[in-house]
Amino acid sequence: MTRRLALAACVLLSAAAPHSGYDDASPAVQAMQDDDGANPAMLWVATGRTLWDQPAGPAAQSCRTCHGPPDSLRGAAARHPATLETRINWSRTMHQGAPALPEEGEAMLSLAALVGLQSRGLPVAVARDDVMEAGAVEAGEALFTARMGQLNLSCADCHDGLAGGRLGGARIPQGRVNAYPEYRLEWQGLGGLLRRIRNCMTGVRAEPFPAASPEMASLRAYLGWRTNGLPMETPGVRP
Amino acid sequence: MARILLNVPKQARRGEAIEIKLLLSHPMETGQRRDETGAIVPRNIIRDVTCTYGGALVVRLELFPAISANPFLHIAARAGASGDVVLTWTDDAGLVGTETAAVEVV
Repeated sequence: MTRRLALAACVLLSAAAPHSGYDDASPAVQAMQDDDGANPAMLWVATGRTLWDQPAGPAAQSCRTCHGPPDSLRGAAARHPATLETRINWSRTMHQGAPALPEEGEAMLSLAALVGLQSRGLPVAVARDDVMEAGAVEAGEALFTARMGQLNLSCADCHDGLAGGRLGGARIPQGRVNAYPEYRLEWQGLGGLLRRIRNCMTGVRAEPFPAASPEMASLRAYLGWRTNGLPMETPGVRP
Repeated sequence: MARILLNVPKQARRGEAIEIKLLLSHPMETGQRRDETGAIVPRNIIRDVTCTYGGALVVRLELFPAISANPFLHIAARAGASGDVVLTWTDDAGLVGTETAAVEVV
């Protein structure tokens, strides 16, 4: 018991203050993110601007019809950093009456990158008692700390316990979600949080939660809450 | 997806070096990968990029399969007279793209 406590204390002491995955990235990757002319995710943002004006649904409404310019949504991504795609699809299906966009399609990623960019620099502020996500943060935290897969690792084992250490050539980040959707050099493309979680889960040889499952929704809610206070960086660049 | 983002300073002083930055959206398929059925995905990379400024050639680049998807190119030129920076590129699929940005020299 005392050994376990001592171990826990060591883990706590070694855990650095909450910081963005940006701080764990190499200077070259940071430079890519810092320069909008070099950040490849800006290609998707440019597409997002086109889509913003594209009418959809029976009343042929575009995003602009209701929201005006994209910067009217400043702060939206800071409140929903992990579930932006879901929110955009709610807006599409409930207000525009248009079919939902595939969550990992180019169109959705482009819109999410555009909306996310509007909150750049704002601190993430996920409300724990958000009506739509009652109890989800707690459920997500339980999943975050649950061991899974053939490697029998939990998310927390690496992203809390070993954050700052190395996995292959890259530093292990703390699992903060202030930069999604993000351009990963590994993917050579833009990807959302769903893709990141799926990558991690297959990495520990677990079967990834389906995209529309309650488990995935809870995990995303918790990851958003866990990021509270960090400034938004969307669209980020990561190794 | 946007095909290109071209960044040049709108204004420059005569004799000053200007930075021409371009991000091209392209898969840069190497021709080494196989798809789900085991068939080789045909090579499709940007082969050739040409940059002119005020009609004069600044640089002509020949790209190779080792260059990443969505390549970022950073070119420097000396500001002479006001003129257009024109970028033209060609890929293996025969797609020709071009983008123009004006630079005013003061």
